[in-house]
Amino acid sequence: MKRQRASPESNLDFFGSVSEELVFLILDHLQDSPFDSKSFSLVCKSFHKLESLHRKTLKPLHSKHLPKILNRYPCITDLDLSLCPRITDESLMGIALIYKKMLRSINLSRSKSFTHLGLSSLVKNCSSLVDIDLSNAEDLKDSSLAALAEAKNLERLCLARCKLITDIGIGCVAVGCRNLRFLSLRWCLGVGDLGVGLIAVKCKEMQSLDLSYLPITEKCLQQVVKLEHLEHLVLEGCIAIDDDSLADLQLGFKAIKNLNISSCENVSHVGLKSLIIEPLQQLNLAYGSPVTLALAKSLQKCSTLQSVKLDGCQITPCGLKAIGNWCASLKELSLSKCMGVTDEGLSSIVTTHKDIRKLDITCCRKITHRSIVQITNSCSSLTSFRMESCTLVPRESFVLIGQRCHFLEELDLTDNEVDDEGLKSISRCSKLSSLKLGICLNITDYGLSHIGMSCSKLTELDLYRCAAITDKGILAISDGCSNLRMINIAYCNDITDISLISMSKCSKMHTFESRGCPLITSLGLAALAVGCKQLTKLDLKKCYRIDDLGMVPLAHFCQNLRQINLSYSSVTDVGLLTLASLSCLQSLTILHVKGLTPSRLSAALLACGGLTKVKLHASINSLLPLPFFRYLEARGCSFQWRDKEFQAELDPKCWKLVRDDTE
Amino acid sequence: MKILGQLDGQMNGICNAIRNCEWDPKVMLTNLSIMEEKIHQLQDLVHLIVGRRTEAVKGSEELAAQQQQLINADLTSIIVQLISTAGSLLPSAKNTFSSGNPLGSQLGQPGGIGYPSGSSITGNNNVNKVEDHSNQIDLIGNNVEEHDQKDEEEVDEGEHLPPGSYEILQLEKEEILAPHTHFCLICGKGFKRDANLRMHMRGHGDEYKTPAALAKPHKEMCSEAPLIKRYSCPYIGCKRNKDHKKFQPLKTILCVKNHYKRTHCDKSYTCSRCNTKKFSVIADLKTHEKHCGRDKWLCSCGTTFSRKDKLFGHITLFQGHTPAIPLDENKGMVDLSDHGEGNEAPSKVAQTDFDFSSNDFQNILDGKGIANDDTRIFSPLDFDTGSLGGFSDFPRPPFEDSASSLSFLISDACNYPRETGRSSISNNLG
Repeated sequence: MKRQRASPESNLDFFGSVSEELVFLILDHLQDSPFDSKSFSLVCKSFHKLESLHRKTLKPLHSKHLPKILNRYPCITDLDLSLCPRITDESLMGIALIYKKMLRSINLSRSKSFTHLGLSSLVKNCSSLVDIDLSNAEDLKDSSLAALAEAKNLERLCLARCKLITDIGIGCVAVGCRNLRFLSLRWCLGVGDLGVGLIAVKCKEMQSLDLSYLPITEKCLQQVVKLEHLEHLVLEGCIAIDDDSLADLQLGFKAIKNLNISSCENVSHVGLKSLIIEPLQQLNLAYGSPVTLALAKSLQKCSTLQSVKLDGCQITPCGLKAIGNWCASLKELSLSKCMGVTDEGLSSIVTTHKDIRKLDITCCRKITHRSIVQITNSCSSLTSFRMESCTLVPRESFVLIGQRCHFLEELDLTDNEVDDEGLKSISRCSKLSSLKLGICLNITDYGLSHIGMSCSKLTELDLYRCAAITDKGILAISDGCSNLRMINIAYCNDITDISLISMSKCSKMHTFESRGCPLITSLGLAALAVGCKQLTKLDLKKCYRIDDLGMVPLAHFCQNLRQINLSYSSVTDVGLLTLASLSCLQSLTILHVKGLTPSRLSAALLACGGLTKVKLHASINSLLPLPFFRYLEARGCSFQWRDKEFQAELDPKCWKLVRDDTE
Repeated sequence: MKILGQLDGQMNGICNAIRNCEWDPKVMLTNLSIMEEKIHQLQDLVHLIVGRRTEAVKGSEELAAQQQQLINADLTSIIVQLISTAGSLLPSAKNTFSSGNPLGSQLGQPGGIGYPSGSSITGNNNVNKVEDHSNQIDLIGNNVEEHDQKDEEEVDEGEHLPPGSYEILQLEKEEILAPHTHFCLICGKGFKRDANLRMHMRGHGDEYKTPAALAKPHKEMCSEAPLIKRYSCPYIGCKRNKDHKKFQPLKTILCVKNHYKRTHCDKSYTCSRCNTKKFSVIADLKTHEKHCGRDKWLCSCGTTFSRKDKLFGHITLFQGHTPAIPLDENKGMVDLSDHGEGNEAPSKVAQTDFDFSSNDFQNILDGKGIANDDTRIFSPLDFDTGSLGGFSDFPRPPFEDSASSLSFLISDACNYPRETGRSSISNNLG
């Protein structure tokens, strides 16, 4: 062994016949699971090196590892630092000097503690940078943008929620980064007409512009409208824009394909006239002015329209009918939470727009069986159907859905009357990948087992408060749906460890929510942890029998766990200390957990170096010294204090009654 | 006679037109032709009279007097017409005409409408003269008020007084710069107190020696001044100096003072906010200070703008120009990187287990064998470019400022790895 290690040539001989390029080609196919490439690199030193050279994208789990990781992977082009809350100027300088021209994109959207000095060093050394995400940098100032303006090749820049930047900083970017194609200024409240106007004047290549919630008026739109390549424009919540300001835009957008004017209450059909022109494909008018006959008519002529979102709008019966007369054939229509959607109107829409693939009628509480008959009759190519809380729709309607809509991939039946017969019928939709059955109190294991038997492609299943579901149903699911990535069995009281043990077969599981399942224990959790190593999100709130024993396997096997809720469980600070070995744990909620001692809690919090969010009961605040919290906050962790009373669980059967009363 | 009456009506129309309108060549042409016609008719009339006299010499004297009166009146009206037509060409005369006496009253006394009104009047009509002068004084008074707000050089652009129609006064440099507020309207001498001025006035004549004149200033006192006063700058070669070829007089003493200070004096008042702009007139400084500081918008080319939209218009127009970050924000950022962060993060974090010490980076760099190049990350040189380079195009704050902040940064970086890092880093620096 010693001799072999001493002479690497023998290793090379062994793999000598396989060239580096070939290995890279093989590695290209290992992207599905993060563990595959890890196993590969653990084989031997040369494999380790090859894997290091092959990797192009990197998302470090913790800034602690950053120096080592950067050293190991010299060929990174895309660096995602969204899991590293603390990135200092020194870190950025180090990154800049290691990757130099290699780096093409960097994501700093969740990072803090850097200033214009670090950014300046980054853009100077990494001249090929085309994509920078600086979202949420709330302390970023104009000087940082002035530094950023040196990045001449920049094409994508996201500055969402950078609230301190002003027109001056944006002006620097506009002058410096002439190749910008994608820019998001969402919630940059300091940016106004002048900054946006200059962007539109200087960055002629602009394709996508997000101006949501900016205090802008027609003054800058006059410039924006002249951008010849602009395809995607978001004006969400720009309340200063009204019909008068849009009326001035006589020319209209020449290339616009996707327009979002949601939450602009002052824009009606009068202003829309100048915006709705031929290449437009997607239009979002959610939470805007009422959809009247006039508004619907203003869209009538636009034949390229494919997707329209009218969420939360008031709709008149005439307006709804007029949608049916549009000359475009819609592929996507969202009427979620619209007031005034009736059977008659909806029927007239679906009879003309037969090509609808995605339909959202969430909370259209007036529609009945008649609508569903029409929808299933006309729109047989439906792939996504969301109808949460359509309370007047009877059981037999759901049978129709299963019989006629075979291409469904996404179905949201939350809070409906669907029963086992309906589920049995729906199980024919073999392409189903997402099924939401939350608060469907009529379904039982019988219906669910049909789903499990037929829908092998299911990745997402929501059984929130389906009180009649037991282990039997879950067993059928875990047997049939091995691709399951997310399951919610919250408040399914009868579920026991048997379900969890069977769920461990679903190795791709990343989100597991079993809130309020009083029967599950650490034994089940241990089985789950061993089987589902990719688990990232775990909700164990009110699982009273989960204790420290469950934490040990969790900490050992689920190294990707990012978010855990342990409120009301029987875990103690010993368990928490065990979790400290989870290097990428970011969010921890521990309310009403007995058996926490201040010293060990603080030790556990200190040990979990990657924490960004911790929810604690307010009573703990006084038990620990203030400098301790300050220190953790400086590390990038924020604390949320809750002062809720200890809540006993309601009887699941009566829960719906209580909810109905309060409505 | 009838024809003449009609023409009179037309003449009135002409005068009205002149009063109301700007100068118009067409109007002028019609006016001239009307006048020509009228002169011809008057000529015919005189011919007629001459003919009759030769025919019947024994005509009564009464008739001759009537005829003379008639011709006189017509001639007067023609003269008035001619003057008003010519007057419409002179911009400053418009006011006089539009606000002047109605035509009818002027017919009786042709001297009263002479131009320029004040200066051309000779001793004939005493009553009229007094009125006119009071008007003139009022005019000057108005001007003084205006000059308190405006620049003297802009206001008197439009004035074209014929040379010799006004008196030129030239104050001495010392007089101009003296902090006086009361000036003699006759000789221009300035005084700190009005009482002293009144004492001075006694030297200009006996009318100023009466107890009434000494007690309080009357407008009538100054109305006796025979000529309009205009002022000359004592600086030889200045356009405002009376010896200059294209001499442009200054209207008031205040104008003289401001002009002299602005043009020929050192700018001794510095803006306390920006420390760059200098003024010689304190009022100018105050006006500037109102706009200085916060809303001072700076371009990378060094041009400043009082309004942000003006700056952005400038940047839109010129390729390569970019908004410059205000100096105080730069300072703020540097402050943040040494003090702001120092307050919470590094001090505590470094004390316990700071997870990202620069030492780690040092190891990488060493490991990569590029230490020679990249140790510059910790050298003063690179910090220099790192922080300055980004703003190399912009006007920098005074160097001492950035230098101190940089030195702070460097020391900060060196101190970072408290226990073990110091030796290795200091080696690199050395």
